[in-house]
Amino acid sequence: MVKTTVPRDEYMMQGHVACQGCGATIAMRYVLKALGDNTIMTIPACCWAVIPGVWPQHSLKVPLLYTAFEVTGAALSGIEAALKAKGQDDEINVLGFAGDGGTADIGLQALSGMAERGTNALYVMYDNEAYMNTGIQRSGSTPFGAWTTTTPVGKKKEWKTEFKKSVAEIMVAHRIPYVATASIAFPEDLYAKVQKAKSIKGPKFIQIFSSCPTGWKHSPDITVEVARKAVLSHMFPLYEVENGVYKISQKPKPIPVKEYLKLQGRFRYLDEEAIEKIQEHVDREWELLLKKEEFTQSL
Amino acid sequence: MRDKPYKPKTWKELPYATITDVPSTFNNTGTWRTVKPVIDYDKCISCMICWKFCPDVAISIVPNPKEGAKFDEVPKIDYFFCKGCGICAHECPVKAIDMVQEESK
Ligand SMILES: Cc1ncc(C[n+]2csc(CCOP(=O)(O)OP(=O)(O)O)c2C)c(N)n1
Ligand code: SF4
Ligand code: SF4
Repeated sequence: MVKTTVPRDEYMMQGHVACQGCGATIAMRYVLKALGDNTIMTIPACCWAVIPGVWPQHSLKVPLLYTAFEVTGAALSGIEAALKAKGQDDEINVLGFAGDGGTADIGLQALSGMAERGTNALYVMYDNEAYMNTGIQRSGSTPFGAWTTTTPVGKKKEWKTEFKKSVAEIMVAHRIPYVATASIAFPEDLYAKVQKAKSIKGPKFIQIFSSCPTGWKHSPDITVEVARKAVLSHMFPLYEVENGVYKISQKPKPIPVKEYLKLQGRFRYLDEEAIEKIQEHVDREWELLLKKEEFTQSL
Repeated sequence: MRDKPYKPKTWKELPYATITDVPSTFNNTGTWRTVKPVIDYDKCISCMICWKFCPDVAISIVPNPKEGAKFDEVPKIDYFFCKGCGICAHECPVKAIDMVQEESK
């Protein structure tokens, strides 16, 4: 037998209807590999509400409850309450799997409520940096400089002018036991983080960077390369926060953000000044993260 | 889980709404493909990186049909599902996968 770096069991089946080269499916594949089939999942309106297939077809080997766009967090508390009533809350993993719009924007209060109530569940935000399912509208998680259909770029340049909201940091502020960021380009790290989350009781939150060829305007074969370069350029740092203590998962010597930006059509309008602004922002955020790691070590 | 897709003649034969046990594996997503990945097994080093990154789980790990080969297992592409995204070819460290144009039918 050849050695694989991640287990071979699959809980996401073939025949799903995601776009060619969809990063969010790689995210799902590895989250379920780590959680296993002893899991109940809830998905709100998002691409992943469509990907399992046209009803009655279904591509996930775990029970799944579809829910409304804004209530993933509340649905998780509901599932946990039902399992408690049946005395099974210690045996079964509860998973919420939502997009960035459903998490950073409309679902934020339900997520906050779930964290504050101490619901024993894992909330995964797969971050494709816009409302993709409805045709690429900007979300709070869309980065500065990106073209979307609601931040269109014409003669008068009008890309998104606000920086990406950090939902991971918002969750750290809730003082929950486990918060992490992960990427589809590093499945072993992603797998290990979901495994760790699985072993912890209480609310857990993982944000997974999931490239989207359709919305980011890159060819589908470079989905993984784009995600990898986001980490290597410090655009999307990988770290975990366990009980308030930061640990950066990898500290790559950074490549310029331009190397990441130039792969994608959504950034192709950016001028040098805008790229410089992004570089400065990324460098500053990285500094801040290093300081947080240092500062929280003594906790 | 069912081993056959539903082929309802009237709506009365449909499963009860919102509850379903029909797997998606009847879906021939291979028809979406315009370019097709082909593995050159003489180059392949069985690292399974292609298997790891396929978003469609269209690559499986199978026993090597070649007797006495260096690797006892190899990756195998299931063209019934492969959408031809090209991630496997792009990520392969030894460039063992070629993307070739599909013939028009
Ligand atoms: C209350 C409500 N408003 C709007 C919609 C329409 N809607 C469905 S999915 C979606 C976008 C989801 O975006 P995101 O959460 O980022 O996930 P993605 O599609 O990017 O995977 C929207 C706006 C809805 N279903 N419910
Ligand atoms: S990535 Fe390339 S070398 Fe590795 S198993 Fe696949 S075809 Fe073989
Ligand atoms: S082309 Fe894409 S879908 Fe087809 S086997 Fe390769 S990675 Fe999988």
